[in-house]
Amino acid sequence: MAARIRQPGFYRAGVWMVGAVAFSFFLTWVVRTSTGHSTFRHFISGDAILTVALIAVPLAFLIGIGGFDYWFYWAAGRPTRPEDHSGHGAYTWKDYFRINTDHKVIGIQYTVNSFIFLLVGGLLAMLMRAQLAQPGSHFVDANTFNGLFSVHASILIFLFIIPVFAGLGNFVIPLMIGAPDMAFPRLNALSFWLLPVAGLMMLGSFFAPGGSFADGWTAYAPLSTNAPIGQTFFSVAVQFAGASSVMTALNFLVTIITMRAPGMSFFRMPLLVWANFATSLLVVIATPFIAASQFFVLLDRALGFNFFNAGHGGDVLMYQHVFWFYSHPAVYIMMLPGFGIISEVIAVKARKPIFGYRMMAFSLLAIVGLGFTVWAHHMFTSGMANWIRIPMAITTSIIAVPTGIKIFSWLATLYRGVLHLDTPMLFTLGFLTTFTLGGISGVMLAMIPFDIHVSSSYFIVAHIHYVLFGGSLMTIFAGVYYWFPKMTGRMFDERLGKWHFWTTFVFLNLTFGPMHILGLQGMPRRVSTYASQFADMNLFISIASFGLGLSVLIFLYNIVTSWRGGPRATANPYRAMTLEWHVSSPPPVFNFDRVPTVVGGPYEYGVPGAQHGIFTPTPTPMGASAGVHATSGET
Amino acid sequence: MDRRRSATIALILGAVAIAAGIAISYAIHWFPASASSQAKNTDRLYHVLVIASVPIFVLVTGVILYCIWQFRMRPGEEGKDGPPIHGNTRLEVFWTALPTALLLGLVGYSFVVLHENEKKPAREIQVGVTAQQFTWTYQYPSSVTGGAPLNSYQLYVPQGESVEFNLRSKDVIHAFWVPAFRIQEDVVPGITTHWRATPDRIGTYPVVCNLLCGVGHSLMRSEVHVVPESKFKEWLASQKGASGATASAPGASG
Repeated sequence: MAARIRQPGFYRAGVWMVGAVAFSFFLTWVVRTSTGHSTFRHFISGDAILTVALIAVPLAFLIGIGGFDYWFYWAAGRPTRPEDHSGHGAYTWKDYFRINTDHKVIGIQYTVNSFIFLLVGGLLAMLMRAQLAQPGSHFVDANTFNGLFSVHASILIFLFIIPVFAGLGNFVIPLMIGAPDMAFPRLNALSFWLLPVAGLMMLGSFFAPGGSFADGWTAYAPLSTNAPIGQTFFSVAVQFAGASSVMTALNFLVTIITMRAPGMSFFRMPLLVWANFATSLLVVIATPFIAASQFFVLLDRALGFNFFNAGHGGDVLMYQHVFWFYSHPAVYIMMLPGFGIISEVIAVKARKPIFGYRMMAFSLLAIVGLGFTVWAHHMFTSGMANWIRIPMAITTSIIAVPTGIKIFSWLATLYRGVLHLDTPMLFTLGFLTTFTLGGISGVMLAMIPFDIHVSSSYFIVAHIHYVLFGGSLMTIFAGVYYWFPKMTGRMFDERLGKWHFWTTFVFLNLTFGPMHILGLQGMPRRVSTYASQFADMNLFISIASFGLGLSVLIFLYNIVTSWRGGPRATANPYRAMTLEWHVSSPPPVFNFDRVPTVVGGPYEYGVPGAQHGIFTPTPTPMGASAGVHATSGET
Repeated sequence: MDRRRSATIALILGAVAIAAGIAISYAIHWFPASASSQAKNTDRLYHVLVIASVPIFVLVTGVILYCIWQFRMRPGEEGKDGPPIHGNTRLEVFWTALPTALLLGLVGYSFVVLHENEKKPAREIQVGVTAQQFTWTYQYPSSVTGGAPLNSYQLYVPQGESVEFNLRSKDVIHAFWVPAFRIQEDVVPGITTHWRATPDRIGTYPVVCNLLCGVGHSLMRSEVHVVPESKFKEWLASQKGASGATASAPGASG
């Protein structure tokens, strides 16, 4: 037992967490007694202890599970083991429940964890639609309802869409660029373990006194600064999820810049790598802003800083500017990796080179740049100075241009190809239609007089779900099906995959399409009940949404049964050129037994004799290769 | 030859789809009753946007359906690749420049509408709107009442006269939205925000809080009564006696 407590893992984490709870009581007691709250009655301040514990306990968990061991050893001057690869690979299911430094294991940890939170977030949506099936329904009370949509959005943004892309990228990017792993494997492991912490904290807020955070995922001050303690769960959870994002983005950037195989210039990189490069730029620049916005709220709540208290010189609109300076780029953080997935799938499944490859790469960078110039279009009706609306409307319109370039280039890639209409391709083509609808309603919302009518209405709910479900989630499904053989070594069931696509596509449009009209007609979002004139359409939407919820079960069944007993996948079932398809499925622990040399573009389909990567014909003997790896790993 | 015929069929179907899409967009009952001159402009802008959007959507889905029809893999083509077309600079310049021009045109038109909707007229009346969790109250200054200022739970405005609403909040952020006027603005603690509308249709229309303001947000609704000028004067006069009682209520709870 003593040995278990010394070893990194869940037992040690448990001990550390108990210690953190004690620390939270102790710190609160010390501070409160030293500032005059000396009686026992004042000592018991549940909110103060809980606030400290929300920060201390997760950190204790991360220390206990071993996320910092290497750096602590190094800082203490104890011997570290830089060449220790014992953390690599997964040999039993238990290896997925420990600090694991293998990017492929981390990729699967990320992806599976994200899909668990997709189910949770989806379930919360089902509860909301049950409440909204009829006006004046009492399925849940108003406070619970406000909690449902707040946690729904927060979970699906911070614990599903953003990390699932990081997970797919984690698995695929090192393989695509011919690297043995990510640049910082230990940082990679730590960044994963921050996520379940953030997710459980958000869900745990339902058990907080006064209920969960209930001010939307936007958490506008001063509503959030005066809310019950559940709001603190959000403010702190966002810090952990955000830290995870930044760590992974830094890791992607360094990996992509420094660890590409010989011959892989930037313009020979697959577009998924380009997309994650662009996304990572957005993440490292933007994420500190949401961290700041939630620190402001935390300081207002816990220590009375009055950043957003208008009665004490606070500025209410400042919160929204800081918040949206992250949260608009976040929309692209949630979309650009999906663009990358679509490019991979469409080139392979249409058997043609990507049309206008360079413009595809440049348009990603254009979106990164423009993405930082549009945030105040979320604030056209906020009461900010009127003139700010004008430049923001122009940039918001213009940012549709690079997105349009991508759509047109994908269409041109399809033209005269040989289209393999299997599940990943169906999701890709479905994405092109639903995302175009989301893009069109987005351009409409750039038009200020129109936005002044529908801002914050159900039209916005429709728009964001066409972008994030019709856009991001369709690309995620495409990507998970596409790389499923590589990640698991098994083939998925094609027939179930097609069923999954068609049910998703139909119910997605039936659920979110009518919401446009509800918003135009005057139904506000984030309401637990509504005027009776909206009743019929809401009932229709609720029924359709249950169909959409059930469609996910087809996916789940397909994935679970295929992973357990699907037919074995070959190394390259799609005849793809990118490097990840030129190692076994699943790949060996260190990815490449022979370092590939890249000699051409990634999508040279139809070019006679074209090759993307070549592997040295005579592998060096095993004993020698290990030594070579250790010294020339960086080349 | 065969390819040319199928392309012709596709173009004809596309044109029909665009025409049908625009026709349907006129048949759909998008908006609630329009009760302000601003609403007319905004609705027109929306219809222009829809007309511009339909061809784009038809183009995207049309190309996808055409490619599925013409280029899907036939049995025996499992090992076949498409032609190695890497790009076409002229085409790429075209589909960058044309959407840019279209978007700038639309956003320019939206600025014209915005200017038109927010233009300050020669004559207008001022009405104060106070939001607090979870009720609306309305203040008529003496310039409107012609006597003592009036504080009321009811909102009456005269038909055909521009009204500037001055919005103040006593607690958190709310949003004052009159869907029939097609206008809203946040009501922000610490500052006064404004919007104006010229009601032009007699009737009673919903007022909705459109920004999450707490547990009672869903029920924070009110109504605006658009009445003829003479009725408005009558209503103001009828409120004079009751003014003291209604005025004290929100003050006490605030």
